[in-house]
Amino acid sequence: MPSTSYTTEFGSLNAFAKGGIEIIDDNPKNYAFSNIFEVAGSSRPWEKVAVGKNMEYVLEVIRAEGTSEWRTCAHDEFPLVMDGEVTIELVRLERPAVPADKAGSVRLAGEPVGARMGRMVLRRGHQALLPAHTAYRITATAPSVVLLQTIFGDDTVERWADICLS
Amino acid sequence: MSATEIASTAPNKQGYRSFGLGAFHFSRDEYFVHIDWPTGKHVLSADVFLRALQRDVAWDFFYGTVNFDAVFGTVNHYGTVDMFAGRFNEAYRKAELDHTENFDTTDIRETFKAMLEDWTNQGFDPFASPEETDKPFGVKDGSNTAAITRRRVAAQRMVGVPGDEQIRTDATHPINRMFADVAQDEPELYPEPGFEDEVCAYSLFAYLSRSDVTWNPSVVSVCKASLYCPTTEEYILPIFHGNDRVEWFVQLSDEITWEVQDRDTGSPRAKVTMRAGDVAAMPGDIRHQGYSPKRSMLLVWENASPELPELIRTGQASVYPVDF
Repeated sequence: MPSTSYTTEFGSLNAFAKGGIEIIDDNPKNYAFSNIFEVAGSSRPWEKVAVGKNMEYVLEVIRAEGTSEWRTCAHDEFPLVMDGEVTIELVRLERPAVPADKAGSVRLAGEPVGARMGRMVLRRGHQALLPAHTAYRITATAPSVVLLQTIFGDDTVERWADICLS
Repeated sequence: MSATEIASTAPNKQGYRSFGLGAFHFSRDEYFVHIDWPTGKHVLSADVFLRALQRDVAWDFFYGTVNFDAVFGTVNHYGTVDMFAGRFNEAYRKAELDHTENFDTTDIRETFKAMLEDWTNQGFDPFASPEETDKPFGVKDGSNTAAITRRRVAAQRMVGVPGDEQIRTDATHPINRMFADVAQDEPELYPEPGFEDEVCAYSLFAYLSRSDVTWNPSVVSVCKASLYCPTTEEYILPIFHGNDRVEWFVQLSDEITWEVQDRDTGSPRAKVTMRAGDVAAMPGDIRHQGYSPKRSMLLVWENASPELPELIRTGQASVYPVDF
């Protein structure tokens, strides 16, 4: 008998079913087709791997595992948890650590100096604001996956040939 | 009140007004919309036309080209809009049946809004999936102003930030029937005193599970000109979107298949099947239409920089996403 109940399919590090491209008259490279979980599965913890790029803007996949370094950024960034659970700590820096026109986040040497703003616990599907000129640190007790909306920075990793269909 | 004068007739036998803009003339009957221009004429299902018209109006002509079908559509020049018939159809061009006129955005917007208002009957919601709305056919039967004039959601910074767009609740947005299994838990926030307005997070997946529209991107987070525009998709994208810049898709849940054609000729180029976690770019020289068998969550990622079309036109930016 036909069923009218539905199961919503989300991927995870351990279970995903990648789609693909059927080429008719084109080059598969033109689509830069990758999979977030596959990329995270082959990334080092906290590596910031670009899976989307539009001029200066990027989408970075981050394999969250253990505790990250403290980072800061001159503009807002937005992490979206795609798998697992992460805790994000925020500190309002006494003085901005990067110039206002610096693109992308940078690593802070040592502990940030400033007022503790609080923390957030995020699970799959949760999106957060990392406000400009704050310091943030992410912790994940089990391997988790974050998709970060940001701008291409010093630590953005590009390995398109490794991750994309061709 | 708009100062634009809308050219229309008294209702026809089926109760619908006819409209004119430039040399284009539009009329509808119980099943079809008829479009005439100096060198040709065209007929579309009222269902197809109204669903496409709704998107064109709601998105203010969007980025690039909105093809209602293989013949009729609009091209946004961000201040003016081309309305065309046969322009992106090789056979029409070869037969010299194609026609294009440029209009001030306000003029075409107001005409399209009036047409949408007059031709949408009560009970039909052009934003809804076919399973969730009445049919658009038949003689004139009231109107559905509330459905066709929904406010477009566009966060200034991020959904959930104080003063910005807020999360959805049962009071206004019940969970969609196809997302009944989507977790509704919200992030745990532990702000220190004085930072309650700056420690912000929300559940995007729960937010999307409560969307009452299909194929209608709305902005949820903004990083300068980088816009996250997620949307929920069911059945068929009512237009072929012709890109004037590279656009990225992140499939958040379930599956969509994209038919990709050459933007200018309509010649098939690829079929792209995206499943949860897949990321793909739509190049700046294609048109695409999506098929979603179950309601799915799609993150459309746009670079809204106004200079992009000109950078591409002058060769300073590529129509392809990355070089590798």
